[in-house]
Amino acid sequence: MDIVKTGIAGTLESSDLMVTIKESGEDGIHLELKSTVQQQFGEEIKEVALAVLRQYGVKRCKVSIEDKGALDCTVIARVRTAVSRACGNVKYNWEVGR
Amino acid sequence: MISRLRRTMLYAPGNNAGMVRDVHIYGSDSIMFDLEDSVSVHEKDSARFLVYQTLRTMDYGRKETVVRVNGLDTPYGLEDFNAIVRAKPDIIRLPKTETPEDVMEADRLITGIEEEIGMEVGTIKMFAAIESALGILNAYPIAKASKRLVGIAIGAEDYVTDLKTTRSKEGVELLMARSQIVVAARAAGISAIDTVFSDVDDEEGLIRETALVKQLGFDGKSVINPRQIDPVHKIFTPGSKEIHNALNVIEAIKEAEAKGSGVISLNGKMIDKPIVDRAKRVLDLAVVARAYNPESGEVLC
Repeated sequence: MDIVKTGIAGTLESSDLMVTIKESGEDGIHLELKSTVQQQFGEEIKEVALAVLRQYGVKRCKVSIEDKGALDCTVIARVRTAVSRACGNVKYNWEVGR
Repeated sequence: MISRLRRTMLYAPGNNAGMVRDVHIYGSDSIMFDLEDSVSVHEKDSARFLVYQTLRTMDYGRKETVVRVNGLDTPYGLEDFNAIVRAKPDIIRLPKTETPEDVMEADRLITGIEEEIGMEVGTIKMFAAIESALGILNAYPIAKASKRLVGIAIGAEDYVTDLKTTRSKEGVELLMARSQIVVAARAAGISAIDTVFSDVDDEEGLIRETALVKQLGFDGKSVINPRQIDPVHKIFTPGSKEIHNALNVIEAIKEAEAKGSGVISLNGKMIDKPIVDRAKRVLDLAVVARAYNPESGEVLC
C-alpha cells in the first residue's frame, strides 16, 4: 500500500505515543523511535510497529515514533491509525477475537 | 436472582490511552469505553482503533465491558459496529435512542456480524441511552425492542436541551423522565441506569442525587470520575441495618409459614408478600455486593 500523505496519530500524554508516517523517496521503512522506556522495550516497540506496517503492505516510508510508555495494544492502534490516514483512510479489515 | 450489579458504569473517553488502559482498576461495576460524545470528530477513527485493540488485548476478568458507539445516523456508527462486535465487549451501548426501530436496526446489524464471524447470535448485549422527549415517551417499546437489551439509561444533558430547559441541582426537570425510565425498565425486566453527575467536586450533590434516583428505583448511575464510585456504591449497596431488617423479615415469614399463615407482624408492622420480596432483593443485592455471606450468615459491612 502506498503512503500518499503524512499520517499522524496519538498524543504525547503518558501511556500514549505519537506516530508520524511520511512518504519516502527511498525503498524500505525508515523508523526512528524515541521512548521513555527505550532501553528496555525499544526493540520490541519497533518490531510491533513494523509488523503493523507489513500487515498493510507498506514498502517505503519514514516513520517517527515518540513513545511515552504505551502498551503494545496502544502502539498497534496508533500505528494503524497513522498508516490508515497516510494511505488515505483505507477501509480496515477488522479481525475477530484476540 | 440478581446475577450482576450495575451500581456504577465508569466512562473512559475512547481516545485517551491512559484512561482506556486503567479504567478497570478503580472498582466500578461496569466500565464504558466511549466512542461518541467524548471523542472529537477528527479522532473517531483513532478512538475506534484504540478501543478495538485494547479490548482484544486486555483481560478484564468479570468486569462488565461496555462500548458506547456512535449512532447509526452518523458517518461513524456502522464502522463502530463492524469493529466493536468483533472485539467482543459484553455490551454495546446505543446513544440517543428514540424509537424501538433504532434498537431493532442495531440488533439486526449485530446479528449479521455475529453470523458472519461465527459468533453465537445474541452474544453481544445492548444498552440503550434515551436522551430526548420522544425517546422518553417511547421508553417501554424501546425497552422491549430486543432480547439483547439488558438495560436503558437516561442521558440528561441532551434530554433537558430537547425539553428547552436546563439542569438544576434538584433535578425537578428530570423527574418525569427518570420515573418513566424506571417504570419501563421494570416492566421489561431490565436494568435502569441514571445519568452522570457532572460536577465532580460536588460530592454532597452527588450523594443527594444518587439517594434520589435510588429511591426512584434505579439500579445504578453512570460516573465520569473514579472519585464518584465509592459514594454511589455506598448508596446502592444495602447497609448493615437494611440487611439485618431483611433477615428478620425472612425469619418472621418462615415462622408464619410454619404456622400455616401467609402474613405476620414484625415489630408492630404487617409483613406480607411485597415486603418479603423486597427483603429477598436486599439480600440478593447484599450477596452479589459481598456485603452478606449467606453460608455463614455473616454481615460484612
